[in-house]
Amino acid sequence: MIRLRDAVAVLGSFPALAGATLDVASGEIVLLRGPNGAGKTTLLRLCAGLLPIARGSGEVFGLDLATDRESIRPLVGLLGHQNGLYADLTVSDNVRFWGATIGATDDEIESAMARMGVDGRLRDVEVRRLSAGQKRRTALAGLVARRARLWLLDEPHAGLDAAGRDELDGTLRAAAAAGATILVASHELERASKLATRIVDVEAGQVRTASDGESEEGRA
Amino acid sequence: MSVWRIARLVAVKDLRIERRSRVITNQVAPFAGVTMVIFAFALDANSQILERVAPGLVWLATMFSLLLIVQRSFAVEADDGALDAMRVAGVDARGIYFGKLLGIGVQLLVLEVLLLFTAVILYGETVRAEGIVLLVTTLLSATCGLAAVGTLYGGLAAGFKGRETLLPLLTLPAVAPVMIGATRAVEAALGTADAAVADGWQWVSVLAVFAVVFGVGGALAFGPLIDE
Repeated sequence: MIRLRDAVAVLGSFPALAGATLDVASGEIVLLRGPNGAGKTTLLRLCAGLLPIARGSGEVFGLDLATDRESIRPLVGLLGHQNGLYADLTVSDNVRFWGATIGATDDEIESAMARMGVDGRLRDVEVRRLSAGQKRRTALAGLVARRARLWLLDEPHAGLDAAGRDELDGTLRAAAAAGATILVASHELERASKLATRIVDVEAGQVRTASDGESEEGRA
Repeated sequence: MSVWRIARLVAVKDLRIERRSRVITNQVAPFAGVTMVIFAFALDANSQILERVAPGLVWLATMFSLLLIVQRSFAVEADDGALDAMRVAGVDARGIYFGKLLGIGVQLLVLEVLLLFTAVILYGETVRAEGIVLLVTTLLSATCGLAAVGTLYGGLAAGFKGRETLLPLLTLPAVAPVMIGATRAVEAALGTADAAVADGWQWVSVLAVFAVVFGVGGALAFGPLIDE
């Protein structure tokens, strides 16, 4: 699904990613671990097709990161500190909008909301009235509705309380079980380690080591 | 998804946001109305002068309102990173551009009609039957031009700090030709200072060319501008 070989990505003249080699298979939840400035976000943005690959090689879903970036983007969902939601619209309006950008059917949109637990009483609530955790789940429902198969999450637990974090972890496990592949860059190491099936250390723009996560899926 | 389906999707979403939030209805429309009244005070309520300058005041109030509508339109995209998310998701930038243009254009058109009614009520303007086609054509072509410029520069300014001041700096000089052309064409349509209807059509041509140039140019430039 993701295959990087000595991939280099440059921000200005600075090589933010200085030769990363990484393989990620379908259904994995991979934690990217490392200090600030290590290159985690750059790695996510490279995989999303937002940055050109300067040297080395890389593929996402068999599509070349050097030549097929526009084709990769619709398959990928990148969620950073912001959720990409419209505060004045309802949960349903937001998920429907994101689904409609790829021509999703009503059934797919309803199914996406049900999978992320934002159907029922939440569907007609304006996003501005939601908790941080509910907003995150609405954003993830948008990713499901537009059929994103690779989820790239940058600090997904930021701003959530303990209940919201538990809620998000459950949602991500369920999504991975349903076939989504998830890369998580996080400083919440204890929590993210329990969520991940595999942990990858990123340091000074390089992927140093990889180890199993602590999730039941990872140990299995 | 085709460019036009994306454009319709974005425009419908923007109009739905306005229907729910009522920012344009409750804030921008009263602002435009107050602008018209303030000018009347500034001109010493001289009815002859007011009748003569009313077409220009309508477009001046429209231009100021355009800035507020564009800022609002891009603020809802920037608040939670939705515009970035659309580009990350590979949504066609031309579709986003035409969708924003359409949403802004519809709101602007409604506002222009209200301002014309205000001019009729406050300044004693009269709408001649023979000038109605010219008036409608002028409103449509000027609105397209204003919305095209506003959308292009709104997208550009959205990525900068100080976008509130950058947007007027970029937009006002660019829409000066629309201001001049639309004022002359409306004068001809209303018969202000004995202007003939036939005189207005050359200005409509200018407005149409302006709208096409900025519409096409904006669609081509919008993607690279917002990606930067």
